[in-house]
Amino acid sequence: MGEKFDVIIVGAGPAGTACAYTLAKSGVSVLLVERGEYPGSKNVMGGVLYRKMMEDVIPEFYKEAPIERQIVEQRFMMLDEQSAVTFSYKGMEWDQEPFNNFTVLRAKFDQWFANKAVEQGAVLVNETVVESCIVEDGKVVGIRTDRPDGEVYADVVVLADGVNSLLAKSLGFHKEFRPDEVALAVMEVLKLDKKIIEDRFSLEGNQGCTFEIFGDSTKGILGTAWLYTNKSSINIGVGAMLSGLIKHKIKPYQLLDYVKNHPILRKYIQGVEQQEYLAHLIPEGGFHSMPQIVGDGVLVVGDAAQLVNAIHREGSNMAMTSGVLAAETIMAAKEREDYSTATLDSYRVNLLNSFVGKDLKKYKDATHHFEKFPHYFEKYIPMMNKAAGQMLTIDGTPKKDKQKKIWKEMGTAGQKFSMAKDAIKAWRVMK
Amino acid sequence: MLHIVACIKQVPDTKVIKLNPKTNTMDRTSAPAILNPYDAHAVEEAVRLKNKYGGIVSVLTMGPPPAVKAIRKCIEIGADEGYMISDRAFAGADTLATSYALTKALEKIQKDTPIDLIICGKMTIDGDTGQVGPGIARRLDMPPLTNVNKVVEVNKEEQFAIIHRKLEDGHEVIQTALPCLFSVEKEINEVPFSPLPHMIKAARYKPTIWAVSDLEDVDKTQLGLKGSPTIVSKVWPPEKPKGGEILDGSPQEKVEQILSMVLEKKELFQQHKEGV
Ligand SMILES: Cc1cc2nc3c(=O)[nH]c(=O)nc-3n(C[C@H](O)[C@H](O)[C@H](O)COP(=O)(O)OP(=O)(O)OC[C@H]3O[C@@H](n4cnc5c(N)ncnc54)[C@H](O)[C@@H]3O)c2cc1C
Repeated sequence: MGEKFDVIIVGAGPAGTACAYTLAKSGVSVLLVERGEYPGSKNVMGGVLYRKMMEDVIPEFYKEAPIERQIVEQRFMMLDEQSAVTFSYKGMEWDQEPFNNFTVLRAKFDQWFANKAVEQGAVLVNETVVESCIVEDGKVVGIRTDRPDGEVYADVVVLADGVNSLLAKSLGFHKEFRPDEVALAVMEVLKLDKKIIEDRFSLEGNQGCTFEIFGDSTKGILGTAWLYTNKSSINIGVGAMLSGLIKHKIKPYQLLDYVKNHPILRKYIQGVEQQEYLAHLIPEGGFHSMPQIVGDGVLVVGDAAQLVNAIHREGSNMAMTSGVLAAETIMAAKEREDYSTATLDSYRVNLLNSFVGKDLKKYKDATHHFEKFPHYFEKYIPMMNKAAGQMLTIDGTPKKDKQKKIWKEMGTAGQKFSMAKDAIKAWRVMK
Repeated sequence: MLHIVACIKQVPDTKVIKLNPKTNTMDRTSAPAILNPYDAHAVEEAVRLKNKYGGIVSVLTMGPPPAVKAIRKCIEIGADEGYMISDRAFAGADTLATSYALTKALEKIQKDTPIDLIICGKMTIDGDTGQVGPGIARRLDMPPLTNVNKVVEVNKEEQFAIIHRKLEDGHEVIQTALPCLFSVEKEINEVPFSPLPHMIKAARYKPTIWAVSDLEDVDKTQLGLKGSPTIVSKVWPPEKPKGGEILDGSPQEKVEQILSMVLEKKELFQQHKEGV
């Protein structure tokens, strides 16, 4: 029989590693199993890492972690074919410790983070795929890997294996996700000289900025494009609901090509050298899609539990918080030597009471709403851009006449009424 | 009990490494560090012999602290113990100074458990010399056997081993006295997917690390850059082979084109004036 640990964690992403770190630090014996060549080797993220939740795990991590830039400006762009309305916030308070958030490259960051867990005593095994959980009398007691003599045992198994968790699925915790519960994202890392990045985006030193781009960037499909600055590269990507991509018969890389060649955006990535091309799923079903996350001897954390706030592109932070909460529940269970569903259920309760549960509940209908009514993206953004363009074009038309014209172009009284209704509906799902 | 020591090295993965266009030297930060592929076969062979005859396998490396990763890889393959010598004084060593330093470490290992067999990879992929193995054998006064592609028998009691050496036109069967040193070809074995218990052992493993001061009878003038007589006078990239030509047309046309091209190369058809 294989060795026995207190806890086995499957997947060394932010969720699994945060859990491993927290447990190992308290002296719990932890085996962290990762299928990649090293943690992060295949992991993908637009690149914004939130300081607060990471600091809950390792205070002042930014002093030594491989971060790219501290974000001082966030731009939001409403894009049409030939125009953009941009809203931006730039704040120098974000340029000082403790900072707000950072851009990171996951291949580097995850590796560093996992090493921190190893320093605390976690045992990290790479290049090993967990194929299934070992279940005895309805209780999860270990894992089976793809290696010879590949079985190991534990009191608790934590599934942190990311979006579309095959392990949670094989335990019957969830079904295959529907195309309207996941977004498909593609991203490129483009190499560019540090100095050019700083000049092009008005940055000094280690400052960074982010663009979130809505509307024409996804050809009206629910989703976004983004452009983030790293030290000497730029991440540019597009993600859109799988259902929308299927309906519009568009491939994600076609969207990315479109964004890269868009007349308003192409200048930002002029002269780059392509370094990496990545594709990944994002769980965007939100609260309604959350699977069962607790069982006898087993917990599910991070993307595997669908913990992503699509509206605010938050995922890694929710992953970390869930990992920490799972660790705390396991430590309490260890004291009582009881790893039953009833005891482990405090993880689910604590998660729902944390910002993770609260935010997921708040936005529980948002993606579904926008998914159901694509005209928010298809119609209203172009309309708004046109109005802004008309107001700002000085051609001798009095402003009052301009407003009249814009108002008229917004359609008949009935159309305006339904627009107002849409606005209220949107407010309701977002408020 | 057979004691086999494999000498290994961490190298940059030359499949992906970039060259500095000005100096033509390797930009070592541009590639991940891996266990020298030939050395993986050396360790695997040692493990196979251990499984066959019983005994222990140790691995030894010289390198900077991150080279511990290469030792862990050897534990994954099945090695029992790992030793590393790591010190600024070793830096800049050529093959002569490297074999000297490794010999000093082997002498120290030897004091605890006598060594019957040393196995090295044929060469490293970053240096390509293949000189360190024979260098160690000379210093320890044991027979060096290079290009080993098969081990037939190792007999500790009667102190001999029988191996095959790869030659250009066949192989040579040799019986040698123990202790001795092999440097092995890649085709000697296939390194299998490691079992999980080895992976867990490797993840936890902390090798023995020695600095110069931990070794005995060391002549410091023979270490590192100081002990390295090799002078690199010039580094240049190999000439790029001229690109071929792709022929267009129907198969019939392509055959005609290629025939006329071949026939034009008159030197191919000149009669040999003398000899064969
Ligand atoms: C394109 C894109 C952009 C994003 N942008 C952001 C952003 O800017 N900010 C943000 O906060 N979030 C972002 N997210 C979301 C964020 O990446 C995820 O929420 C986060 O990575 C979830 O962490 P995790 O640990 O749950 O899963 P993952 O990071 O996916 O880690 C899962 C790990 O498990 C391993 N694994 C899987 N199966 C097995 C198995 N069977 N055996 C062994 N190992 C296994 C994987 O190799 C992986 O290392 C983005 C996601 C994508 C796809």
